[in-house]
Amino acid sequence: MTLLEDRPTNPAAGDDNRPIGYGRIQRKEDPRFVRGKGHYVDDIVLPGMLHGAILRAPVAHARLVSIDTSEALAHPGVHAVITGTDLQALGLAWAPTLSMDVQAVLVTDKVRFQGQEVAFVVADDRYAARDALELIRVDYDLLPPVIDARTALDPGAPVIRDDLEGRTDNHIFDWEAGDATETDAVFAAADVVVSQEIIYPRVHPAPMETCGAVADFDPIDGRLTLYETTQAPHAHRTLFAMVAGIPEHKIRVVSPDIGGGFGNKVGIYPGYILAVVGSIVTGKPVKWVEDRSENLMSTSFARDYIMQGSIAATKDGTILGLRTNVLADHGAFNATAQPTKYPAGFFHIFTGSYDLKAAHCTVTGVYTNKAPGGVAYACSFRVTEAVYLVERMVDILAAKLGMDPAELRLKNFIKPEQFPYANKTGWEYDSGNYEPTMRLSMQMAGYDELRQEQKEKRERGELMGIGISFFTETVGAGPRKHMDILGLGMNDGAELRVHPTGKAVVRISVQSQGQGHETTFAQIVAEELGIPPEDIDVVHGDTDQTPFGLGTYGSRSTPVSGGAVALVARKVREKARFIAAAMLETRPEDLEWEKGRWFVKGDPSIGKTVAEIAMGAHGTVALPEGIDGNLDAEVTYDPPNLTFPFGAYICVVDIDPGTGHVKVRRFIAVDDCGTRINPMIIEGQVHGGLTDGVGMALMEIIEFDTEGNCLGGSFMDYLIPTAMEVPDWETGFTVTPSPHHPIGAKGIGESATVGSPPAIVNAVVDALAPFGITHMDMPCTPARVWEAMQGRPRPPI
Amino acid sequence: MQVTMTVNGTDITEEIEPRVLLVHFIRDVLRLTGTHWGCDTSNCGTCVVLMDGQPVKSCTVLAMMADGHSITTVEGLATGAVLDPVQQGFMEEHGLQCGFCTPGMMLTARALLDHNPHPDDTEIRQAISGQICRCTGYATIVRSVKWAAEHPVLSNADTDTDSDADADSAHGATADEVRA
Repeated sequence: MTLLEDRPTNPAAGDDNRPIGYGRIQRKEDPRFVRGKGHYVDDIVLPGMLHGAILRAPVAHARLVSIDTSEALAHPGVHAVITGTDLQALGLAWAPTLSMDVQAVLVTDKVRFQGQEVAFVVADDRYAARDALELIRVDYDLLPPVIDARTALDPGAPVIRDDLEGRTDNHIFDWEAGDATETDAVFAAADVVVSQEIIYPRVHPAPMETCGAVADFDPIDGRLTLYETTQAPHAHRTLFAMVAGIPEHKIRVVSPDIGGGFGNKVGIYPGYILAVVGSIVTGKPVKWVEDRSENLMSTSFARDYIMQGSIAATKDGTILGLRTNVLADHGAFNATAQPTKYPAGFFHIFTGSYDLKAAHCTVTGVYTNKAPGGVAYACSFRVTEAVYLVERMVDILAAKLGMDPAELRLKNFIKPEQFPYANKTGWEYDSGNYEPTMRLSMQMAGYDELRQEQKEKRERGELMGIGISFFTETVGAGPRKHMDILGLGMNDGAELRVHPTGKAVVRISVQSQGQGHETTFAQIVAEELGIPPEDIDVVHGDTDQTPFGLGTYGSRSTPVSGGAVALVARKVREKARFIAAAMLETRPEDLEWEKGRWFVKGDPSIGKTVAEIAMGAHGTVALPEGIDGNLDAEVTYDPPNLTFPFGAYICVVDIDPGTGHVKVRRFIAVDDCGTRINPMIIEGQVHGGLTDGVGMALMEIIEFDTEGNCLGGSFMDYLIPTAMEVPDWETGFTVTPSPHHPIGAKGIGESATVGSPPAIVNAVVDALAPFGITHMDMPCTPARVWEAMQGRPRPPI
Repeated sequence: MQVTMTVNGTDITEEIEPRVLLVHFIRDVLRLTGTHWGCDTSNCGTCVVLMDGQPVKSCTVLAMMADGHSITTVEGLATGAVLDPVQQGFMEEHGLQCGFCTPGMMLTARALLDHNPHPDDTEIRQAISGQICRCTGYATIVRSVKWAAEHPVLSNADTDTDSDADADSAHGATADEVRA
């Protein structure tokens, strides 16, 4: 099925044609947000609540000599000043990361990145807390920092992690996928081989709301309530139990409304732990909310992959193989968030949408004197890097062969009959029909006309570029057999209760940060049970109230939790069948389902609606053997595979030859995420991700100087697109359902962030072809484009 | 020092430190938490409120500088139960996701429409260019503002159910709502 997006101009609420299940319905979350009645962490005020602030290291690498907190403690309104020594006494100076490493909560021995946490002040209000930070005296002994990842493994490089037993270098891990020998053979036999170093620079997810927490430890019953900006409240609860030694049943993690996450709010930051310690120490609730600079300098960065890519092909453009060696800069602590067995995430999806004969990758992770992170910013566990690599390499190959990049892609796509498709690095793609999606985007763009326009403009000396990206995502981690985070299988639970009057509550384990779960999960139940979405409440984010699960990131909500919700609704539907049979004094196998109602086969006039069945289930109906009262169910869903949504993106840029300024004139995005629950929300997800792409491709970067000073630590320097830098997006879609998913739906949230940067960079490089440029690294800022045009390209480090 | 201002149509007098930012005064003292705080360099605009009808970044205004002025926050946009067309537009056209930038965006949109009832796309984009949104990619925000422009007046008969509402403030909240 191939359709152009058909968005109703004004689908009024209350329209009789509004679907009971899937379709464009307004969001249930919106009424509170448009009234300023959202409930974010910093909106929370508890009786007696104090405020915490963190003193941060001014340098990247230094031995801690001494800390004097006496003046700060004497400052009016200050209740406590906590240092690494205090934490050491509690066994909390270091905390485990999501990558089996440890991270310093407060510095005890030495500073390892600029912005690292050194001390924590608890005071009456945020102003007094900040005042007191200025009064803490710290002596540092400077050490030489490791900034360029390329030098991290040099003999004699300063050892950053001398805290780790026996550690004598900055090496974290080596990892590989695919078959090196087979790949070498394919490359040896190829007509054409092109190689390119491709850097995906360090960027930051920068959600509009920074990270924060309110910790409330009750010393009488030993119970901790922790309000947090977390995308994974249940995993946080378990980790807090492991870190802080508080029994897990005494911990309640609440993730209220979250002002965007984008992967920034998956891990546990020192600030959360410090808020808890502050509350334990003072006996009062403690709020910690970081400011923007703290967010950019110390919380999870994204990307920072230096990739050596090579692609092999025949003369006529049959791609044979792909090879890459990656140097991954993980900062000072390996806190990368990914499934345990995948230290480079799902980077090995870098074979992309193409049917290759062989592929091989190696990834080496190193420590540097920078903030930890890596996996964040809608990357789907390093798929951004994988897709960027393959889509750039394919364009570089097209340029080498003198082939149109669209034609080269069409020639090499995995064919629809090849799905499920086992690629050369261990993935099994669930479904795909790439060519119609590619053709649709070319048709929407007017591809041939664009090429003609470009030809004419080139003759006039104007710089216009057309960039293509055709990507395959891999989202929905994941099957517990392969995927866990710190030993927690990546499954999700769902509980559904239909109340006596037919209204329902569904409790889910994932946590929206704006993606519209309160609406779309109600739509899934509505579709399965025929209860209108407005009669279904979606409860999430409170570990006391919701079933266990791994949270929202990696576009995993629809694949995993969405599957759980569909299955729990079906379980309720099946239970309703038995109760309806009892009510109708017939056999369950004689009943047939239509949306919202079980009826007697052959006599549709005799039946019971879900509401009638719910009342019966809670009432006095004599229930059949094995069926208990009430209309409810719970499930935990272990997905059999990930989902592999895909998309065809075309970007048109104009470059000012005098200044190097790149303007994205048009962007056409055709996505296929299988069954579409709410097209309005999908469109919004795509728009947001495309804007990320413009940011990364053209503006955003976290750089460091040679001393390790962070140069992108505020919105003055870390530039994010405004409404002036992005075009009016043109979106379309095709539908190729996931065969293994209960409703055929795939994830979509990160597709646009994954798919758009290569389209934009391909467009920029295409525009700069008259200068002989075949590659340029992000971000393509005016200065960097201009330098490239002068023949002086600058690496982004 | 003492500061007096009108917030969403209600007169407020409070004792504050001179250094307190308007955003913190609104959030922490008045407990109007719809106004957000997203950066520390005056770039993001999540803290935008209207001061005498003009959008200002309340993180870059001292509360004492608002002395004697009239402030409208997101909580003052609706009239009773009736939403401002801008609020309705953002819901109709999916102009929000996480909702964090939304209050500031809507207030800027309100000020724009008060001065220019029929802005084109470029004028809307320019008007909101001091505000960052990380979720929507802006296109649906532009559509939302246009929706509001096309539906300028909600029935007057339905708008005012509270006689205490400040007649001078077209988007004023009731006295009860200010501290709600």
